[in-house]
Amino acid sequence: MNYSGVPRWVYGLAAMGGLFVLLPLAAMVAKVDWSRFIPLVASESSLTALGLSLRTSAASTALCVLFGIPLALVLARRPFRGQRLLRAFVLLPLVLPPVVGGIALLYTFGRQGLLGKNLELVGIQIAFSTTAVVLAQTFVALPFLVVSLEGALRTAGNRYEAVAATLGARPATILRRVTVPMVLPGLASGAVLSFARSLGEFGATLTFAGSLQGVTRTLPLEIYLQRETDADAAVALSLVLVAVAVIVVGLSYRRPHRADIPAEAAA
Amino acid sequence: MSFHIDATVRARNVDISLSVGPAETVAILGPNGAGKSTLLSVAAGLLRPDAGSARLGERVLFNLDGGSRVWTPPHLRGTALLAQEPLLFPHLSVLENVAFGPRSAGASRAQSRETARHWLAEVDVAQLAERKPGELSGGQAQRVAVARALAASPELLLLDEPMSALDIHAAPHLRRLLKRVLSGRRAVIITHDVLDALILADRVIVMEKGRIVEEGPTREVFRRPRSQFAAGLAGVNLLAGTVTEDGLRTSAAAGGASLHVAGHLDDEAEPGQPGVAAFPPSAVSVFLDAAHGSPRNSFPVAITDLEPHGDHIRVRAGDLAADITPAASAELGLEPGSRVYFVVKATAVQVYAA
Amino acid sequence: MKIARRNVGVLLAAGSLIAGLAGCAGTPGSGSPSATSSSAVSAGSPSGSSPQLSGTVTIYAAASLKATFTKLASEFEAKNPGTKVVLSFAGSSDLVTQITQGAPADVFASADTKNMGKLSDASLVDGKATNFATNVLTIAVPPANPASIASFADLAKPGVKVVVCASQVPCGSAAQSVEKATGTTIKPVSEESSVTDVLGKVSSGEADAGLVYVTDVKSAGDKVKGVPFPEASNAVNTYPIATVGTSKHKDLAAAFISLVTGGEGKKVLGDAGFGVP
Repeated sequence: MNYSGVPRWVYGLAAMGGLFVLLPLAAMVAKVDWSRFIPLVASESSLTALGLSLRTSAASTALCVLFGIPLALVLARRPFRGQRLLRAFVLLPLVLPPVVGGIALLYTFGRQGLLGKNLELVGIQIAFSTTAVVLAQTFVALPFLVVSLEGALRTAGNRYEAVAATLGARPATILRRVTVPMVLPGLASGAVLSFARSLGEFGATLTFAGSLQGVTRTLPLEIYLQRETDADAAVALSLVLVAVAVIVVGLSYRRPHRADIPAEAAA
Repeated sequence: MSFHIDATVRARNVDISLSVGPAETVAILGPNGAGKSTLLSVAAGLLRPDAGSARLGERVLFNLDGGSRVWTPPHLRGTALLAQEPLLFPHLSVLENVAFGPRSAGASRAQSRETARHWLAEVDVAQLAERKPGELSGGQAQRVAVARALAASPELLLLDEPMSALDIHAAPHLRRLLKRVLSGRRAVIITHDVLDALILADRVIVMEKGRIVEEGPTREVFRRPRSQFAAGLAGVNLLAGTVTEDGLRTSAAAGGASLHVAGHLDDEAEPGQPGVAAFPPSAVSVFLDAAHGSPRNSFPVAITDLEPHGDHIRVRAGDLAADITPAASAELGLEPGSRVYFVVKATAVQVYAA
Repeated sequence: MKIARRNVGVLLAAGSLIAGLAGCAGTPGSGSPSATSSSAVSAGSPSGSSPQLSGTVTIYAAASLKATFTKLASEFEAKNPGTKVVLSFAGSSDLVTQITQGAPADVFASADTKNMGKLSDASLVDGKATNFATNVLTIAVPPANPASIASFADLAKPGVKVVVCASQVPCGSAAQSVEKATGTTIKPVSEESSVTDVLGKVSSGEADAGLVYVTDVKSAGDKVKGVPFPEASNAVNTYPIATVGTSKHKDLAAAFISLVTGGEGKKVLGDAGFGVP
C-alpha cells in the first residue's frame, strides 16, 4: 500500500457524503413494489416516454457535440476580448434553474418569440413539438460538453497542432486528425454527461415544450405526472431512469487506455 | 534558392537578420532567453513578428514591411520543426506519425506509408513501425520524430535543441543520425552543446539579448571567439578592447579600470581597431601577490567560484578562468572572495580584430 | 425502512449538519413548543365572543386557493392578535403526500374530494371534511383570442392549439368529464401537470386556448380572457377542508376553518369566482 497522506477523518466525512447520495437511492429502491414492477415499467405510456427520452437525448447530444466542439475550441485556444464573458454565458445554464431556461427558450422559439415569430411565418412551429424537447435538453446539456472538452483541450495544449501544421497539415486536417482524436476521452465523457443531463431534463421541457405522450412527454415528465395518481409507478419509473443514468455515467468513467497517453505527459 | 529572414519581435526584444544557403546547416548558440526559439517560431509561422520579411526560395513566407501584410500559414511554408520533445501524435502508430506529412500533402494512404517506411528505415527504427508512441523510449521517439520531419520533405528543417531531452546514451546516437541526414540539407539547429555545433553545423550564429553578436564558420568561431558566450563554449578567456602595438587595451567597462594586455598580435590586427585578447585558462597562473616584469600580464581579481575541471581546479573570477592543480589551490588557500592575481605570459595571449 | 433504521446515527449526524447549513429553511411553527398551542384565555379581552387564541397554525392548501387563503390568513391574524398563519400551497396530491410523510400541517384544503379521500383513508383527517367552495372549468384564451374560440365545441376545431391538464390531475379529469358529457373530442397539443402550466401556455400565446378553472382566469387578470361555456356544469369541482389528525393546534385549526366556511370566507371566495357548494 502506498502512503496516501489523507487524514483519517477525511474518510469519515467522505463516507457520510457518499451515504448522503446513496441512501436516498437505496430508500427509493426499497420502496419499489417489485410484484408490480414489470407491468408498471412496461406500460405503454412508460415505454413511450422512455423511448422518447432516449431519442431526444441522443439528438440533443449530437447537437451538443456539433456546437460544443467549436465553442470549446474558441474558449480554449487563442484568448480574445470578451472570452471570459462568452465562457460565463455558455456556462450559465449550469447554474440557471431549468425553469428559467424554459422561459428564456419560450421567448426565443415560442410562437410569439424572437425567432419563433419568423419561423412561424415560414411554417416552422417549434412549440409543443419534439424539436422543442431537443432544444430544451440541448440548452441545459451544452455546458457539460463545453466544460469537459475545454479542460481536455487546455491539458493537451496546442503543441501537437503546431507540429502538425509545420508538417504541412491544413487547419481542417489538424482538427480532424490531431485535435479531436487527442481529446477524444474528454469529448466522450462530455458527450456522456450531456446525454445524462438531457435524460434528466425536466424543468425547461415542462415550461417550454409541454407534455404530450409520444411527442413531448419524456420520462421525467411521465414520472412527475404518474406521481399524481400512482406513486408506485413513479417510483418504478424513477428506478429505470436511475439505472439508465448509472449505466451511461459508468460507461464514461472507465479507465482511459494507458498506452494512448504520450510518454512525456505520463512522465 | 536561399532562405533569408529579417524579423523584429518587440515583445521579446528580438531583432535579427539571417540567411541560410541551400545545403547549409546553421547552428544557433546563445544563453537562455536570447531569442533563439522565437526566431524558429517566426520562421515556422507559429509566431507573427511585428515587422520583417522572409523568403524561402521563390516562396514569400511573410512580408510585413512597408504596409505589406503577406503571411503564409505554417502548413504552406515547407518548414518542418523538430522540438526538444518528440511530440509524436499519441493516438497514431509510429508509421502513421511518419506518414502524416506526406498524407497532409495529398499523397495516397499507400504512398504515404511507403514514404514513411523509407524514412523509418533511414533512421534505423523500421522495426518500430506498428508501435504506439507511448511504447517507445525517449531516444526512439526522437528518431521517429526526425523521420516524421524528414518525410514531410521540408525545404528548411528547424531543430530546437533536439538532443536536450535525451539521456547521455541516446544523445550521441541521435547526433550521429542527424549528422547523416542533415548533410546536403538546409537546416537551422538551436543547441547549447559545442559538440553539436562542431559536428552538425557548417556555420555558427551566436545570439545574445535578441541580437546576433557573432557569426562565422563553426571552426573559426571556436578558434577565435569574439563573443563572451562563444569564448565560454570554446573554453577560452576573452577580453575586449582596442588593439595596440603590442597587445590590447581593455575598455573601461571590463573590471572598472582600463588595463593593458600584452600579447601576440594576429596578422590582420591593426593598432587602433576594436579587438579581443584570448587566452586559455590553462595558461593562467594564480598568485597571491602581483607578479612584475614583462612580458607577463597580471590582473587583480576576486575569486567567484572554484570547481573541479578534469584533474584540475578551475578558478573563476567573473568572466576569467584559470586552471591550476589541486595542490596549488590548497597551498594558496583559495576560496570564493579571495583577492588574487591572474598571471598570464604575453606569448599565450592571442590578440585579433573583433 | 430497514436501511433507514440501521443508519439512524449517520442520518442524525448528517441531518444536524444540513440543518445547521440550511439555517432558516426549516418550517416555522414546527419547532414551536406545544405549550403555546393550547389556547390561552385572557380575561378582559376586547375581541368579542370568541376566546382569545395564540400560536401558529399551518395551512396546506391547493394552489388554486393561493390568493383567497392569503387574504383570509391575514384577516385571521388581524382578528386574533398573537396568532400566526403559515401557508403552504401546492398541488393537492403533493400536499397529501407531504402530510402522509409527516409534514406538520394543521389544516388541509383540497381542490377535489378525491385527494381529501386519500388523506381520510390514511386516517389523517380529524372528524369530517367540510365542503366550502366549488369551481367550474372555463376556457382561457389569449386576450386577442386569435383562434376565435366562442364555445366548447370550438376547441375540437382542427388547427386550434388547445392545452389541457393531464387526466391524472383534477382539472384534467374534469375536462374529460365535460368531453364525455358533450361528446366532444379535443386533441390537445399538451397535457400539463398543473393548471398553472396550462395558464402559462395560454398567457404566453403559445396555445390558442386552455381549459382551466374560472378562478384561475379571474386571478390571471388581463393576461387571459375567459370564455365560459354551459357544459362546464357537467364537472363541478368541490373543495373540502379539514383539520389534520396529527395537528397539535386543533383549536386554531377549527377557528381557521370556521373563518373559511363562514360569511367572511364565502365573500372572499365568491369574489375570486368560487361557487357555493
